[in-house]
Amino acid sequence: MSINNTHKEKILYSLLAWTISGLLFFPILWTIITSFKTEAEAISASPSLFMFEWTLENYRDVLQRSPYFLHFWNSVVISIGSSLVGLCIAIPAAWSMAFVQTPRTKNLLMWMLSTKMLPPVGVLIPIYLLFRDFGLLDTKLGLVIVMTLINLPIMIWMLYTYFREIPKDILEAARMDGASIGAEIVHVLMPIALPGIASTLLLNVILAWNEAFWTLILTAANAAPLTAFIASYSSPEGLFYAKLSAASAMAIIPILILGWFSQKQLVRGLSFGAVK
Amino acid sequence: MATTQSRTLARFMLMPAVLLLLAWMIVPLCMTLYFSFLDYNLLTPGNEEFIGFLNYEFFLTDPAFMASFFNTLLLVGGVLIITIGGGIGLAILLDQAIWGRNYVRILVLAPFFVMPTVSALVWKNMLMNPVNGLFAHFTSLFGMAPIDFFAQIPLLSIIIIVSWQWLPFATLILLTAIQSLDSEQLEAADLDGAGPISKFFYIVLPHLSRAITAVILIETIFLLSIFAEILVTTNGGPGYESTNITYLIYTQSLLQFDVGGGSAGGIVAVIIANIVAIFLMRLIGKNLEG
Amino acid sequence: MNMKKAVFGGLTLLLSNIVAAETITIATVNNGDMITMKELSGDFTQKNPGIELKWVTLEENILRQRVTTDVATAGGQYDIMTIGTYEVPIWGKQGWLTELNKLDENYDEADLLPAIRSGLSINDKLYAAPFYGESSMVMYRTDLMKKAGLTMPKAPTWAFIKKAALAMTDKDAGVYGICLRGKAGWGENVALLTSMSNSFGARWFDENWKPQFNTQEWKDTLDFYVDIMTEAGPPGASANGFNENLALFQTGKCGMWIDATVAGGFVTNVKDSEVADKVGFALAPDNGLGKRGNWLWAWTLAVPASSQKTDAAMKFISWATSKDYAALVAEKKGWANVPPGTRTSLYNNPEYMQAAPFAEITLASIESADPVNPTVKPVPYVGVQFVAIPEFQGIGTAVGQQFSAALAGKMTVEQALMSSQRLTERAMRKARYPK
Repeated sequence: MSINNTHKEKILYSLLAWTISGLLFFPILWTIITSFKTEAEAISASPSLFMFEWTLENYRDVLQRSPYFLHFWNSVVISIGSSLVGLCIAIPAAWSMAFVQTPRTKNLLMWMLSTKMLPPVGVLIPIYLLFRDFGLLDTKLGLVIVMTLINLPIMIWMLYTYFREIPKDILEAARMDGASIGAEIVHVLMPIALPGIASTLLLNVILAWNEAFWTLILTAANAAPLTAFIASYSSPEGLFYAKLSAASAMAIIPILILGWFSQKQLVRGLSFGAVK
Repeated sequence: MATTQSRTLARFMLMPAVLLLLAWMIVPLCMTLYFSFLDYNLLTPGNEEFIGFLNYEFFLTDPAFMASFFNTLLLVGGVLIITIGGGIGLAILLDQAIWGRNYVRILVLAPFFVMPTVSALVWKNMLMNPVNGLFAHFTSLFGMAPIDFFAQIPLLSIIIIVSWQWLPFATLILLTAIQSLDSEQLEAADLDGAGPISKFFYIVLPHLSRAITAVILIETIFLLSIFAEILVTTNGGPGYESTNITYLIYTQSLLQFDVGGGSAGGIVAVIIANIVAIFLMRLIGKNLEG
Repeated sequence: MNMKKAVFGGLTLLLSNIVAAETITIATVNNGDMITMKELSGDFTQKNPGIELKWVTLEENILRQRVTTDVATAGGQYDIMTIGTYEVPIWGKQGWLTELNKLDENYDEADLLPAIRSGLSINDKLYAAPFYGESSMVMYRTDLMKKAGLTMPKAPTWAFIKKAALAMTDKDAGVYGICLRGKAGWGENVALLTSMSNSFGARWFDENWKPQFNTQEWKDTLDFYVDIMTEAGPPGASANGFNENLALFQTGKCGMWIDATVAGGFVTNVKDSEVADKVGFALAPDNGLGKRGNWLWAWTLAVPASSQKTDAAMKFISWATSKDYAALVAEKKGWANVPPGTRTSLYNNPEYMQAAPFAEITLASIESADPVNPTVKPVPYVGVQFVAIPEFQGIGTAVGQQFSAALAGKMTVEQALMSSQRLTERAMRKARYPK
């Protein structure tokens, strides 16, 4: 709930908010603007914000050179796929941990989070060998499995904290009415928990979208998502700043749009113990 | 309230998650542990022999080890401080009635959506470059010498870049927490004559403690293995100033395909991470409950 | 009845084999010439309708990681890999590469430049086909040299370079006499400094694989480097790699730039470079000791031993590294953009020599580099700007970090050399050298 403001305060706060958010957003804005410059203009020593020759050649080149839509589709499948699969596993797990408290619950939670402690660089070869043996290299399925597993702890944890806030009496009442556990979950829990579930889903889509280690190592030509697309535009022996900006813009904009439409969800659902 | 029936069902529902995570953790961990005791270089296969703790010895006695250990702590600590401090400030600000709140919010959230490699490249080449970058441009307008970010303050530069990426996340979580703050409490404090500072410290901050804990926990997990940003900007240099443990594993082992050494480094990293986690839990663990 | 079935089955099989496309996966670096190859690959698929191409384009370091992991674990992800002269000796020794014995009949292996060819052959059999070759050279601003009253000889000495750099420097105007790589990395500053050290008489290891950073020659090299960069180099040099220096040169900030010969095409490109018409070229400098400070590198196409499609792969490789391909690029993009440094015939072509002002020096640089005898004193390794052992990537990068720190003023030259000596000794001990 907001504090009541006077009109003057509103102007002041708005000014402050816009300045700070503008500054924070500026690098992204700069990237998008650079994507419309020529390469020579992009590295020029006197950079300009608007006064230059706007061109679409970078976008054209990027689309010509790389299968953007293939990468885009791979990213979509991998992010959404792994998040949905993760939810199927995480929701029951979080439910049981939130509503059937045992003394071991907290330790279990910490253990789950600790599975994320092994740095990917250390397990690169074992995982690669495993994937090779199972024929999962360069497959979307393989990546969905990896993304699900690395984000599962976070998903469970977020859902757990959210579920714990739900007043138990509602569930009690449903059970008193003779509802089975299954019905309890589907008809009572889910509707209430929807914001939390939605924001967990969204956060994980974002995390999976930006994951730039396994997506690069375990893919070749078929399952490569947008992270590989971007990696093909940064080079130690060739200047592609403008094209890199165009490629980055093409990788950022979809997720920005998603973020725009779902920001209310994100804000509502990410309450760590602060829901009324 | 939990009946025996629901207890068994609960265990049943937990099983998939637990089994999967167990497999995901145990299998690579065991393989890594196994490899760490071998002299196994990918480029000279067939020569693996058991060499006991030699890989660990080499990793821990590496002159870069202590430096990267401290760099890791500095990196995590620095980003936490900036993102939580900045996050609280931003959250309070965004909680006020301002025009175009939705737009402001998405602008603030945007950095979190950008891929780490892209962020690092943009910051390095377009902003921080001491000759062509924007920051150099600004400092020259004021007649000052440009800061050579990656030579003079490499670790701090990386902290800045990573904080920029994670600030939205912290802000988001803290914003939700603030929005649930009971305005009646604040009004009562007003009536008692409390100034904004004491209101902040005695009412707002305690209310946020749960959210802050959550941010610290999640961010620490991710920040311990920062890698892409270092690779793109400084390659760990100059010297070892911007090398963290993850990067050290990369340069010392992976770069030369020394699987044995890399595995030993990975195990060491896990141990360190777990120590940090236990330490954190002691510090803020109580906030998770209640 | 059974006969009919058999014939019918056999015919179907035959037909399906003819009609079905064979797909080969090509892993390549995202350098300009490779991108052109991808663009023009339609020419190949037109001539070979049964073969379909799939591309994996990545940044050099990530690509190297990926293809090495794949070839070493026999992952089988790629049919053609783009690898460098660093990988070929190491991988060839392990038997991971397929011998290129099914190249086109008019391929003309003898046309390949001998310096490059020797680095890609084992027992005189070709295991990787060079796509483009490079060395390093001096690129300088003709106008700034004239202003300073100096003329650049075709084969300058390091002493002259220092003189010229100091004369051309005007820090207030933002012009720096010389731009050199400073970014840490075995392929970044270490490539430059190793080649430089060759011309100072230094070497990485002696015949018994003992690191030599504690010798006078290395001290001379690093002292010279740090001095000239401090007095005549741009700020932020310790984080500058090829790209950053290219940007600096193209925007007119450098008097000289010693780096890869492929940069020749970039700095003379009117579209991207503000100083395109004011560039001159010279051989990499020396100290009169018999070795110049230039390096040798080639990006090559190779077929991993695990590939099932070696015939199709070799067909592609023949196409991409042939004289016809050079002519194709010349037709579509102009002679200056033909992949350089692989064939003698290219350098005998007057049209090319005219279109590419850097061609003469490029050829001379490549020819003068000898990977088998890169240094003044004898060494147990091959490689001009690297040491072709698997451990070099890690050691090189770690040493590069020390050099970069010395340039940034974070430690003295002595300290950098001492750390480099220690860490190299350590790494060699761990890798059980001498073997």
